[in-house]
Amino acid sequence: MESVRDQASFRPYAPGTQPPYDAPAYGSTHKRHPRESLVKLPHTITEVSGPSFSPAHFPSIPDLSVVHGKSALGERVIVHGRITDEDGRPVPRTIVEIWQANTAGRYQHPGDQHDAPLDPNFVGEGRVYTDEDGWYRFTTIKPGAYPWRNHENAWRPNHIHFSFFGSGFAQRLITQMYFPGDPLLELDPIFLSVADATARNRLVSKLDMTVTQPEWALGYRFDVALRGREATPMEG
Amino acid sequence: MPSATSGQTIGPFWHLIEHPEWADLTRFGAAGERIILTGSVIDGDGNPVTDAAVELWQADPPADDRFPGFGRSRTDERGEFRFTTLKPGPVPGRGNAQQAPHFAITLHARGLLKGLVTRAYFAGDPLNDTDPLLSMIDDPNRRATLISRPEGQDRWRIDIRMQRGPNAEPETVFLDI
Repeated sequence: MESVRDQASFRPYAPGTQPPYDAPAYGSTHKRHPRESLVKLPHTITEVSGPSFSPAHFPSIPDLSVVHGKSALGERVIVHGRITDEDGRPVPRTIVEIWQANTAGRYQHPGDQHDAPLDPNFVGEGRVYTDEDGWYRFTTIKPGAYPWRNHENAWRPNHIHFSFFGSGFAQRLITQMYFPGDPLLELDPIFLSVADATARNRLVSKLDMTVTQPEWALGYRFDVALRGREATPMEG
Repeated sequence: MPSATSGQTIGPFWHLIEHPEWADLTRFGAAGERIILTGSVIDGDGNPVTDAAVELWQADPPADDRFPGFGRSRTDERGEFRFTTLKPGPVPGRGNAQQAPHFAITLHARGLLKGLVTRAYFAGDPLNDTDPLLSMIDDPNRRATLISRPEGQDRWRIDIRMQRGPNAEPETVFLDI
């Protein structure tokens, strides 16, 4: 169902809303950021088209809080939100990938050597799709904070990793969702790498009592906007 | 209306969402000229980047039920990624231009707060000489960083240098899209 709109270039990002490649306070960027200028590439079919994923090939994993019928330890939470483009149009039937640490702040990953317990009933991988109106929802455990070696006594705030595809390769977005009121946010070079405070604070989810289930789980809302398209097709 | 949501790094533990079969774009039974694209990702000290997610997208052949057009490969302990896919053909460019066959590649890794985008073309393809992107890059050494080299039958290699190397190896051309 490709429309003329699907052939249009994506608009540039608003200034200050995306982190830089070179972020001196985040040590891992030192040897991994380009030093040469990027080459500006007007969008072509390669950038405006993109993959689509179907639940038939890539099944949903909407509940991270239970593994083989056994509940993970920690604070159960429901996370939901709406994915739109910058014009407010919903992004329907798009895949959302999720991954995170367990309640103790430990990833089920051989590279994570933090001295905190693994939970046999928690893996930390999720995958959901938006509905026709751009809404997604999953159930998980609130991840713990954990130390990292970026600087003396560095700790990451509680966060959930998200991956979005949208409808075109240039819309690809990988980000992290944070939790409201976390005092570690103001100390975190990754969060603070986004210069624009309004954009940065949109990475912080909001407590949402409308999806909070009594006697069961708190709800949080995290809305996401993917790049909008120009009004006219790129060949026009 | 809100501006596009800010990116954040994929981090070192993204393998929780890794499914190694995603690196084989032919796994659903796609028919066509099957090739391997491999290479290593190297940092500014010349060391292999062993925790990256390399993502590949190709507009040709068009994606369908048997060919996803998209793949993801980890880099291993030598910094190497490896895709099995179908060789792309030329695709239209802007206006009346034609683009030489290429893959779009995005690198995600610890230390990258947002994805780093590049392309892989094919050495010896006659359309390279008139490709709009390749024609934009004057320095032949840097242009060469976008061109994969044959490495045995049906196997192509492209190394990705995140910075100029210790022996003056040129930094890969990265794209602002």
